[in-house]
Amino acid sequence: MSADTHNSHDSHSGGHGTMGQLMVGFALAALLTLIPFYLVMAEVEMSRQTLVAIIMGLGAVQIIVHLVFFLHLNTKSEGGSTFMAAILAVIILVIVLAGSLWVMHNMNENMMPMHDMEQQLEQMRSLQSQQG
Amino acid sequence: MSHSPTASVSIAQHEVHHESPTPIGFWIYLMSDCIIFGALFATYAVLGGGFAGGPGPKDLFEPGFVAIETALLLFSSITFGLAMLQADKGKRDGTMMWLVITGILGAGFIAMEIYEFHHLIHIGAGPDRSAFLSSFFALVGTHGLHVTGGIIWLVTLLSQIKIHGLTGANMRRLGALSMFWHFLDLIWIGVFSFVYLVRLV
Repeated sequence: MSADTHNSHDSHSGGHGTMGQLMVGFALAALLTLIPFYLVMAEVEMSRQTLVAIIMGLGAVQIIVHLVFFLHLNTKSEGGSTFMAAILAVIILVIVLAGSLWVMHNMNENMMPMHDMEQQLEQMRSLQSQQG
Repeated sequence: MSHSPTASVSIAQHEVHHESPTPIGFWIYLMSDCIIFGALFATYAVLGGGFAGGPGPKDLFEPGFVAIETALLLFSSITFGLAMLQADKGKRDGTMMWLVITGILGAGFIAMEIYEFHHLIHIGAGPDRSAFLSSFFALVGTHGLHVTGGIIWLVTLLSQIKIHGLTGANMRRLGALSMFWHFLDLIWIGVFSFVYLVRLV
């Protein structure tokens, strides 16, 4: 295939990419998969928080690698509509994920723990029996 | 002839401006599917610590097992990419060969997942055991159902390509399935990172 046919193909929407793109994407994805599995399986000495941050960070990077190299997300195809739909999805995802965690965390904080609740029930029962 | 030269020119221009709406429509479907998975991830994030005295991630998850599942899906993504490149060149046999390999890798992934689920339910760690396991089965099971659907679609499309060749309609379907397949691999990144690995450190 000549460079010209590539260019004319890329200018159309929904291009399926090139061998180069596919292989670069594969190399990056493989690397970004191997690192977190190595960290967990080799039980590398690191604080829990650091490990969690590294695993989640590499996962986020790999998602971007997949979007760019495999799903060919860019700002130009379909006049930018594809990219805008992706941005909207990301915004909704952030609201759903952050909102759920925030609300549920808040509720857990403000709910009376089961242990305390049982103690209070016990006290109430003993008071009732004294009165009775 | 009934068509004047100017009319055929305007039709050609018309077609350039209105290419198939399938890619953008399918992309919007994928984004909405992404939100379904987002809700399931949020459920797992909230309920993932509710063990109800039952087994936790470190009792149940094997990183080596998940690594093989991940490798199967990643390789199947690459083989689908190779199938698309063959299809772009108009090579039907090459396309079909890579699609068959993709399907086999996908079936291997599903076989491993069914084995894992069966094993978990067998040892009493089914979705009814705890909130953690309910949310785990809901999220990973939904992903598995998508992959199963993808395999059924793949087999259907293979017979379509075998009978009709790489026609315009089949190329459009192949493009949509390609997006679906890569998307499922993308969701799996979230699963192996957030559901399995993070809970094992």
